[in-house]
Amino acid sequence: MCGIVGLFLKDKTLEPQLGAYLSEMLITMTDRGPDSAGIAIYGGERDGLGKITVQSAAPDEDFATLEADLGEALAKSVQLTIKASHAVISLPAECLDAARVKLAELRPGVTVMGSGESVEIYKEVGLPKDVSERFEVAAMTGSHGIGHTRMATESAVTTYGAHPFSTGPDQCLVHNGSLSNHNNLRRELIRDGITFETENDSEVAAAYLSNKLANGETLGEALESGLSDLDGFFTFVVGTKSGFGVLRDPIACKPAVMAETEQYVAFGSEYRALVNLPGIESARVWEPEPATVYFWEH
Amino acid sequence: MPTFDLAECPLRDLNRALHEVTEGSNDITFDVLNPRGAHAVAVGVDAPIRVDVHGSVGYYCGGMNSEGVITVYGNAGPGVAENMMSGTVTIKGDASQYAGATGRGGLLVIDGNASSRCGISMKGIDIVVKGNIGHMSAFMAQSGNLVVLGDAGDALGDSLYEARLFVRGSVKSLGADCVQKEMREEHLILLQDLLDRAGFTDVSPNEFTRYGSARELYNFNIDNVDAY
Amino acid sequence: MSYRNPSTTPRQSATFDEYTLSEIRRAAATGIYDIRGGGAKRKVPHFDDLLFLGASVSRYPLEGYRETCGTGVVLGSRFASKPIELKIPITIAGMSFGSLSGPAKEALGRGATLAGTSTTTGDGGMTEEERGHSQTLVYQYLPSRYGMNPRDLRRADAIEIVVGQGAKPGGGGMLLGQKISDRVADMRTLPKGIDQRSACRHPDWTGPDDLEIKILELREITNWEKPIYIKVGGARPYYDTALAVKAGADVVVLDGMQGGTAATQEVFIEHVGQPTLACIRPAVKALQDLGMHRKVQLIVSGGIRNGADVAKALALGADAVSIGTAALIAIGDNDPRWEAEYQKLGSTAGAYDDWHEGQDPAGITTQDPELMKRVDPVDAGRRLANYLKVMTLEAQTIARACGKNHVHNLEPEDLCALTLESAAMAGVPLAGTDWVPGRNGF
Repeated sequence: MCGIVGLFLKDKTLEPQLGAYLSEMLITMTDRGPDSAGIAIYGGERDGLGKITVQSAAPDEDFATLEADLGEALAKSVQLTIKASHAVISLPAECLDAARVKLAELRPGVTVMGSGESVEIYKEVGLPKDVSERFEVAAMTGSHGIGHTRMATESAVTTYGAHPFSTGPDQCLVHNGSLSNHNNLRRELIRDGITFETENDSEVAAAYLSNKLANGETLGEALESGLSDLDGFFTFVVGTKSGFGVLRDPIACKPAVMAETEQYVAFGSEYRALVNLPGIESARVWEPEPATVYFWEH
Repeated sequence: MPTFDLAECPLRDLNRALHEVTEGSNDITFDVLNPRGAHAVAVGVDAPIRVDVHGSVGYYCGGMNSEGVITVYGNAGPGVAENMMSGTVTIKGDASQYAGATGRGGLLVIDGNASSRCGISMKGIDIVVKGNIGHMSAFMAQSGNLVVLGDAGDALGDSLYEARLFVRGSVKSLGADCVQKEMREEHLILLQDLLDRAGFTDVSPNEFTRYGSARELYNFNIDNVDAY
Repeated sequence: MSYRNPSTTPRQSATFDEYTLSEIRRAAATGIYDIRGGGAKRKVPHFDDLLFLGASVSRYPLEGYRETCGTGVVLGSRFASKPIELKIPITIAGMSFGSLSGPAKEALGRGATLAGTSTTTGDGGMTEEERGHSQTLVYQYLPSRYGMNPRDLRRADAIEIVVGQGAKPGGGGMLLGQKISDRVADMRTLPKGIDQRSACRHPDWTGPDDLEIKILELREITNWEKPIYIKVGGARPYYDTALAVKAGADVVVLDGMQGGTAATQEVFIEHVGQPTLACIRPAVKALQDLGMHRKVQLIVSGGIRNGADVAKALALGADAVSIGTAALIAIGDNDPRWEAEYQKLGSTAGAYDDWHEGQDPAGITTQDPELMKRVDPVDAGRRLANYLKVMTLEAQTIARACGKNHVHNLEPEDLCALTLESAAMAGVPLAGTDWVPGRNGF
């Protein structure tokens, strides 16, 4: 049970303010999710470079010599940017998979939050305002991003239980609602070789979509499949390298508001989340239909 | 004319002031500025006062209104005018889900579209929507009138009791026990009055179709078990 | 000559017992599931499986009369400017006008008021009988919203948002047409004589994040005066309690599977939800984990029958208990004096549960004007007050024996369990041991 926000910029001149907008949207949704918060932000991709966002419970120790250690292990140039408990590793895109293997060997205490060419994921336990400040979200730039504030229902309040959940390279998902068949689905996905970090129903939804994508479905197809395989109440906002999508369950009683102008498409669990966006007074504001896949792409 | 700027004053101050109006009070017209999606704006009004809200509101604006005339110059979040008793709530923009839920009286006018579950469990309220309404509208609606100048979504009037539904446009699908009904003279008169009161004078009652309960589910019958 | 199996004594199946067979025949004949009133009738681990240790040499008991043992309880001290103060930690649970007759509702109000406690409306709105005769009245806010109005909201002493009840967590209600009299129909805005189906979810919110906003609205309408209770059925008590607290409740009401209902499917009553005993510890743990134990009060209901049950619920961490079925018995429900009439209805005193049919010989679960005359509200109210006082005295007796000057000072450590099941559920040691099953990894 939670608050979700998403912002997809059409107007490149707004990109320097993406973090500032997202951060405000996130903080407005504190009442819906005071337990933890997170964002996925897309931007800053450079040809041939990949990014891995990692998290550590002991960042001072784990991150101190990670740049040198990983660079040496891969025999490539690696850059590390530390933000509190998280760090973003930049490295040649072709090394992404190898780097994840090496990371697990070098720093078993470090968790990969997500990876790709564009996405960075930050999430932590605490009030959205504190989480946003810790990671300096307001200063971030980018083309689009999604965020989440969490009121935990049945799974633990932990960093890993926070959203967004990474669903594959440059893909992530946030969720508001409560799935009712995630335990069986998790067992099926485990049989398919997928590993899970949490008991969270949203992680199952994310893994489900990853699995569909890995098996060749497009994101739109994967979301359509989700309508028949996922039971319960859900609103998903998903991010990809070049776009973002929205899906509500057929009953659709969890709130969702969207706004579109020439400059952006925005999503909020409540209208309140959107009030500081430029030109919101004249934006087209509507509620996404149930069981309908929405998708915007650059 | 008291003005409450919600960017500066707490919601509590506004609602307290609205509740403190008594017979003979001089100030009976209130302006609310910068609601910015705030919840529970002008709830529990219990006097014939006027409240003009300049901007969009969050959940439950005008909730349980009695006698008040509340106008929102913007959009309304979920549950606008829920359980209204009397008076008028007007939304100049769109309304989110549950508009007029369980309302027992008064008039709710929505100039834009209403989302899903408009008039859910309504118990006597009159709702007039200029645009479209979403799915599951008038679910378990017990009494009152729902008038839609645009189209209705899926499962209109599911498990309907005695509420009357009038739709001018298309209906995506009807819910269990909801059927099209004949428009008789009394309905045309009723509808004309509702349209007049809502200020929609450029449409004729003849353009509408009436829907109501087939009353097949009123007492349990094993042959209807598929509907449960 | 062929072999013949020697005849055996006819043996009834334990699986297909007599009741099961009758249910199969009934389903085959009627094509509808059984609807009835009351709570779970099957045997489940209960308070009877717990015992108090009492005082001896290591602890000192209090004297019976001189050394007082307090029973007062304050409910709703978290946010409400007018919390409820009760003399005893036993309240009357929500039961609707419609399922109960007017005189029965009046009797509950009179009895509760005499005993210094609260009573609660139900799924049919507030009647003058109960408002007029209840010093402290809790107004239920239910999915159906029958009769809901701001005037009654403001003249209530507390508001109880009903998410679920122990007899049917996740289910709505069903009041058959026979009981929808003119008055009931008018209060519920329904045509007379039709089946009334109550929704299982609230019409205008879903989930704890929305609930928080609904609570804000109700507090704004009532100027932050009234305590807001959240009532949940015993389904997932840890999470439900934690989320009620996060959503902003003043009080959590937790109803175990023995808790009654006016009418629902038998399969629901007997197969959904957890026993009351099993619900308390997770709920208390949720409050403790959030630092809210005794700050957000916990009311436990479902199968409370006597002062020992009250004392045990409090010892496990509840702030108060609530009674429904027991209160109906006290005012005359299922009384053997009506045995001949129960027989005519195919039942017997003590087992009658077809409350939805409206033919209750005791005049309590009915809208029949002749039958309801059998309840004298003054006399029945007195009986309820007597019963509440006896329960309170019993709880005090136990608390004193454990050396407590207030019933709220009872602790889990004052208890032991007779069975493994109850030890595991309640989290208290098996009698004669220091073993709590499941604790410390075994």
